[in-house]
Amino acid sequence: MSFDAKRAFRLALIVAATASMAACASKPKPTPGPGPSAGPGPAGPRTPGGPMGPIDTRPIPGSVQDFVINVGDFVYFDLDRYEIRSDAMPVLDAQAAWLRQYPAVKVRVEGNCDERGTREYNLALGARRANAVRDYLASRGVASSRIVTLSWGKERPIDPGSNEDAWARNRNGHTVIVEGAR
Amino acid sequence: MILRTMLAALLAVALAAFAAPQAARADIDIKVDQGIVEPLPIAVPAFTGSSRGAEMAQVITGNLERSGLFSPIATAAFPERNLDIGIQPDFAGWKGINAQALVNGAITVEADGKLRVDFRLWDVFSGEQLLGLQFTSTPENWRRVAHKISDAVYERLTGEKGYFDSRVVFVAESGPRGNRVKRLMIMDQDGANPSSLTDGSYVVMTPRFSANSQEITYMALRPSGSSIYLFNIETARQETLGRFPGMVFAPRFSPDGNRVAFSVERGGNSDVWVMNLATRAQTKLTSDPGIDTSPSFAPDGGRIVFNSDRGGSPQLYVMDSSGGGARRISFGAGRYMTPVWSPNGDFIAFTKQLGGQFHIGVMRPDGSDERILTGSYLDEGPTWAPNGRVLMFFRETPGGAPRLWTVDITGRILRPAPYQGSGSDPAWSPLLN
Repeated sequence: MSFDAKRAFRLALIVAATASMAACASKPKPTPGPGPSAGPGPAGPRTPGGPMGPIDTRPIPGSVQDFVINVGDFVYFDLDRYEIRSDAMPVLDAQAAWLRQYPAVKVRVEGNCDERGTREYNLALGARRANAVRDYLASRGVASSRIVTLSWGKERPIDPGSNEDAWARNRNGHTVIVEGAR
Repeated sequence: MILRTMLAALLAVALAAFAAPQAARADIDIKVDQGIVEPLPIAVPAFTGSSRGAEMAQVITGNLERSGLFSPIATAAFPERNLDIGIQPDFAGWKGINAQALVNGAITVEADGKLRVDFRLWDVFSGEQLLGLQFTSTPENWRRVAHKISDAVYERLTGEKGYFDSRVVFVAESGPRGNRVKRLMIMDQDGANPSSLTDGSYVVMTPRFSANSQEITYMALRPSGSSIYLFNIETARQETLGRFPGMVFAPRFSPDGNRVAFSVERGGNSDVWVMNLATRAQTKLTSDPGIDTSPSFAPDGGRIVFNSDRGGSPQLYVMDSSGGGARRISFGAGRYMTPVWSPNGDFIAFTKQLGGQFHIGVMRPDGSDERILTGSYLDEGPTWAPNGRVLMFFRETPGGAPRLWTVDITGRILRPAPYQGSGSDPAWSPLLN
């Protein structure tokens, strides 16, 4: 799978999970559905199991799902670098805007590395990446007190592969909401 | 003394590659075939007097074989069995199967239930008795007695200290790569008696032994942060070095066991610190915007080798153990990491990344005589056997799980460590008492 395909797949999973969560959370609507006692229904073809039609699902604003899907919780880094890439800036700008909108939210920024380094050096490199993300968010108006950082080094790859695509995905900063989401 | 001279010469030849011009020792009867030194044929028949006798001989045989310096002869070929250690072996028969050395022993159960093990080491061709020693222990310690006999034989025949009566702490890994479960485990150096020290509920990394006690220090990582622990294997007593504002990692004891050096990260920058364990006083040893990590003390405690990317890429530096005087020692191509000072002080082992491969290597403390010993997709994290002649490390294949390996400092004797499961971050103990 290409990088984008994987990301799309992951997002689709999240949307599916969100949809099911939303379905559970929403109040059961009184459905004027065709029950056994409903008598003759409107003319036209009957669909087994109830009416069909598009149902809009979207994350609850201010929720973890909202952040992950509509903002994006990962930014990526170049090999052995920890500077914020230009393609990461819009993501972090959006993270900062979202965090300003939901001031009760606190986050943990986790720095991650690919497997092409030693455990200890990667712990240090992951800490640099996490701090680079934290500094960027702080520079966009998110109070530092709302952000903690952690480095996983190479311990928590999001892609189990051993190739350039996987390494590129595993060099990331992951903004994890730890409290205050709706 | 012929045997001793042969094996000592064998090691000397193997190590000569490191040395500056050295007089060749031409008087030695030693087979060197394109750099491969012929291992010494040795026979270890079952010890007499107890059903443990055969097992003890197997443990000794396994140790000597894994060292790569000995070639144990299969028991089926033995010219005699149930050797009475009170009389001389039938040397003609042992010569007939080309055994150069012979180890025989007898086990006696004493009145208090203890095992007494008498053993002798013979030079088959000269008929000389090279060792005659006696060990007494509780019966459940029989493997350790076999390790001590292995150490005595190894030392007598090579002139180097043995390393068999020792243990290894490592990280046993299970589960998917993205969410590995990591437990501290301990085993004898030959893979026997593996047992867990932590339950896998949090990530553990980089255990390291104190050089003079059965105490380890290691790093734990949880979503709430990292910590460094001291853990006494004998008493199971565990304590933390305390709370730190950022990441703490890469702990390692000073040679006297009184201090621990480690990395502390603040605001993204990692520096090397040292803590006095008695007073808990902390001293910052580096203050550089680069990553400074993986500190390791020289055996005299006076210097620390560490990993820094202050020059643009990860390289090895040596500084005074009070901080200051940092000097780069690695200058070859590639990235150098995880330096570990040999317990003898003569070498620094390291992990090197070059051209898509990872290597375990050694160099002199001044950076000279670099020798690359291994290479693969990922070789990392060397730890020294207590005699400073063998290294254990871990090797990972692409997409695979890590395994423990050993290599001697000539690089000729490379083999999987005798542990079947997945393991990383090995730490070799000092010799047991």
